[in-house]
Amino acid sequence: MSKILEVRELNAWFGATKAVKGIDLSFEGNTVTAIIGPSGCGKSTFIRCLNRLHEEVPDASAEGHVLLNGDDIYGKDIDPVAIRRKIGMVFQKPNPFPSLSVFDNVAIGLRLAGLRRGAMLKEIVEKSLHLSALWDEVKDKLNAPGTSLSGGQQQRLCIARALAVEPSVLLMDEPTSALDPISTAKIEELVTELKKTVTIVIVTHNMQQAARISDSTAFFLLGDMVEYGETSKIFTAPKDARTERYITGRFG
Amino acid sequence: MKRRFSDYVFRSYRKRKSVNAAMVAALVAAAVIALIPLVSVFGYVLQKGLPALNVAFFTELPKPVGETGGGMANALLGTVTLVFLGSLFGVPWGIATGLYLSEYGRGRLAGVVRFSADMLASIPSIIIGLFIYALVVVTMKRFSAIAGGLALGLLMIPTVARSSEELLKLVPEHIREAGLALGLPRWKVTLWIVLRGIRGPITTGVMLSIARVSGETAPLLFTAFSNRFWQRGLDQPISSLPVQIYTYAISPYEDWHQQAWAGALMLVMLVFAMNLLTRLALSSAERARK
Repeated sequence: MSKILEVRELNAWFGATKAVKGIDLSFEGNTVTAIIGPSGCGKSTFIRCLNRLHEEVPDASAEGHVLLNGDDIYGKDIDPVAIRRKIGMVFQKPNPFPSLSVFDNVAIGLRLAGLRRGAMLKEIVEKSLHLSALWDEVKDKLNAPGTSLSGGQQQRLCIARALAVEPSVLLMDEPTSALDPISTAKIEELVTELKKTVTIVIVTHNMQQAARISDSTAFFLLGDMVEYGETSKIFTAPKDARTERYITGRFG
Repeated sequence: MKRRFSDYVFRSYRKRKSVNAAMVAALVAAAVIALIPLVSVFGYVLQKGLPALNVAFFTELPKPVGETGGGMANALLGTVTLVFLGSLFGVPWGIATGLYLSEYGRGRLAGVVRFSADMLASIPSIIIGLFIYALVVVTMKRFSAIAGGLALGLLMIPTVARSSEELLKLVPEHIREAGLALGLPRWKVTLWIVLRGIRGPITTGVMLSIARVSGETAPLLFTAFSNRFWQRGLDQPISSLPVQIYTYAISPYEDWHQQAWAGALMLVMLVFAMNLLTRLALSSAERARK
């Protein structure tokens, strides 16, 4: 399998506080990688560095190399805006854009990027809603406000919104932590389905979730990556004592 | 007999209930008293203005002294023109300032801008009029609708800016991040996602400031001045309801006093109608989306 995203010596700071400490990690195409670890271990900050969103926070900075298909997104003269079209993101809290309809929520990324052709836009919106397994539930209310959907539907709407600009990597920052078990199950099913189309990096607090949906898992602690490997190995035979203590629930 | 705890609780509960009732009554009374001026001003203007109101008032120009009848059609149109000019200048500038303060302003400059906006808001409107007089009227060598519009616009900037800033700050940060994560430049996210998402509340803030400047008299006295005929151009003096009311009210003629009352009623109705229409337009726009 080919490595689509390669992280080398990635460091990130909030002001003077170092939150991510020299991470090296690669992601293979069409796989799901779970990032687990206790709160404050830098896992969210880490994935926010992968689409250069971290640096948008005042006083935050990042340094290192992230190669997307071999090109360093932290290279000189690289426009973060262009990077974010190739590496999409779904957030912890479902956040459809206020006062935009279901359709417009999905269409807006393309529309604001300059796509004006209505027929093409419609086609991509429909495709994205199919991909996010939301189409059947919203096909009759595409003009309803996005915020009128249920929490789980809103999160799938956000996934559709991210997919509409056709990224090759999708970052998910605890996408189910605000959802009930049934909506969570739907998103998990969706993640497994989506890896045919995109490479997924998912941060999760839920270790069962990581075990269920990911191919490989990275365990973070205090800004360091303690262990990385195949998910089945991490959860059955961790090499590091700290990983074992965390996955068996003895700390964190 | 020994007093039990439940007796104590019961007694204190009754006391609490009665204190609560007294406090609620006091608050209701305060609210009602606050409404009395509003209701009585509106009632008085209605009572005095309504008899003088007729079709001619809306369609005819003021008559010369000594002739009865005539109307304030030119002043009505003038006020609409001035408020439109003021909004044209004040609303975009105010919203842009609010956007800067909320989305981009950091550190020293933002603090200075915010402080200046608050200072500008507290400057008496007659001083704003004097400033525009010195800047525009003296330069153009005549009173004009443009000068009047600029004065009103200048009055609108700080209120629109600060209300927009506060509303923009209520938009959660993760909405902006979601926009950025779609690969959109920040300015597009700011304009087409953040600002558009709160256009309803922003419009309410704008309407409040429009309502406020619609009745301004002092800044128009030596900028727009006044006239007694139809408007010929934006570089000419223009009449307005507040200035017309002022002129008629201090005149020694009884029928002019009548007309001043009718003008006052007109002004109140105009502001009221503008507010109502915007609200209706906004809520029907929201309904159309559902």
